[in-house]
Amino acid sequence: MVSPYIIHFIIFVAFPVTFSLVLIFHKWNIISPMEYIGFGNFIRLFNDEFFFKSVLNTLIFLFIHIPLQIIIALTIAEALNRKIKFKGFFRAAYFLPVVVSGVVVTMLWQQLYGYDSGLINRFLVNLGFSKVGWLVDPNVAMPSIAIMATWKNVGLYIILFLVGLQTVPPHYYEAAEIDGANYFQKFFKITLPSINPTIFMVVVLSTIGGFSLFIEPYIMTGGGPLNSTLSAVLYIYKQGFFYYHMGYAATLGFFFALLILSVVAIQRKFIEKEK
Amino acid sequence: MKFIRKIFLYLFLTAGGIIFLYPFYWMTAASLAPENEIADLTLLPSSISFNSYSQLLNKIPIGRSFLNSLLVASAITFGVLVFGSMVGYALSRLQFKGRNIIFFLIIFTMTLPFQITLIPQYIIMVQFNWVDSYWALIIPYLMNSLSIIMFRQYFKSIPQDLIDAARIDGCGEFTIIFKILWPNSVPALITVGIITFMASWNEVLWPLIVIREEKLMTMPQLITLFAVGGRAESQLGVKLASAALLAMPIVIAYLFFQKYFIQSMASTGLKE
Repeated sequence: MVSPYIIHFIIFVAFPVTFSLVLIFHKWNIISPMEYIGFGNFIRLFNDEFFFKSVLNTLIFLFIHIPLQIIIALTIAEALNRKIKFKGFFRAAYFLPVVVSGVVVTMLWQQLYGYDSGLINRFLVNLGFSKVGWLVDPNVAMPSIAIMATWKNVGLYIILFLVGLQTVPPHYYEAAEIDGANYFQKFFKITLPSINPTIFMVVVLSTIGGFSLFIEPYIMTGGGPLNSTLSAVLYIYKQGFFYYHMGYAATLGFFFALLILSVVAIQRKFIEKEK
Repeated sequence: MKFIRKIFLYLFLTAGGIIFLYPFYWMTAASLAPENEIADLTLLPSSISFNSYSQLLNKIPIGRSFLNSLLVASAITFGVLVFGSMVGYALSRLQFKGRNIIFFLIIFTMTLPFQITLIPQYIIMVQFNWVDSYWALIIPYLMNSLSIIMFRQYFKSIPQDLIDAARIDGCGEFTIIFKILWPNSVPALITVGIITFMASWNEVLWPLIVIREEKLMTMPQLITLFAVGGRAESQLGVKLASAALLAMPIVIAYLFFQKYFIQSMASTGLKE
């Protein structure tokens, strides 16, 4: 009964993980034989400005994406978590971008972000503001992608927060009301601590998402301008499938994986301490 | 005071709704607009034209890619349902040596970032000679840890008596899974089915890596390459038409099974 699983695990998990530990010590373009280079890939990685750039880009993405995601999702979930009409409709509307392919969302936002003819800039000009170089300004491009990713994913987190909010026992609020607590006191003293697990989940899922960012910069910017949107996976992809540096691409993958696991571990520590 | 607050609440929610829906509306309207109106279209085209769509059909084999995607996503979904319930059943109902090890391996796989296996998995595809074949798109996805866990959880809630009764009637393990457990696990089947189908329909990184031949490309892959390669020739209408076609199957499914989509996705989020 479990033998298909074991076979699949060996071929697609156990072997790849083991083989990546071999690859990171080799130079290989897949065609000519593998060449052992010891720690060559590691030395290269620690001197590779593009590696550090892609880590920095991911961190910029996360610093914008995570807070934005939590604030917007929580605000909308709070608004939806009461007796209102068309609740189902609103929820379904916010959720729509979640189910649609990232390719579609990226192509759409590429048009919205256009410099001269993009809808957002035309709207800004009509209001009397100046144009923003959403995808052409190196300082703005990654934040633009973070905003788009928030728009795409926030529907899911609204639902998760709604589930979280419903687990808060109503008598907590009743007791607080008797003590004369106002809305914000109730929100910060009762709601927030109660939905801590949900917040942690949103942080972790967004972090993994940030390190997995690929199709958005691939379509919108190709990693530019000035590598400001070069993401972790896009960089692995370029090293592996543009230059066929299989050993180095595997080394990048290995380090990004370590980075993801340690960032998530740190987040877990941090959030548990907050409790 | 309460009334005014209510109005603000609805205004806020409606504004949010517009922000989430308008881009999709704009995409559809612009893809159907006559060529000279596409660029400055904001609300309604003066007439409906399928020009962008017919141009698109002449440029790329989008029909073929649709069938490829359909085949790949259906095969993966079927495989995940079958294998997921087999392993889920074994983990929840059968006693065997190494059960805990298998469970540990599943959890391990779930926490393993895909970045580490991406390059080695591609190399396996090269060694198997699976590059540019459906095998490369389907086989690696046939086992899914999250689905196994979900089936395991769900099967645990089904009374053991049902299984014992079937055994007394002489049913084999496969009959038990597919004739006894499946009819009693419709919600789990729907949940796993929806997430799996959606994830494979929208997958694009892996196809970009293992498929080079145009006639084998999946729909998101073909459209991605169309959008970034020069072939769209900055024709906005054609680009938007391709995006609209890619979105359509999932959006239609979503309109009908919206509740299931939301529940399924939320339950996976909760378990991760």
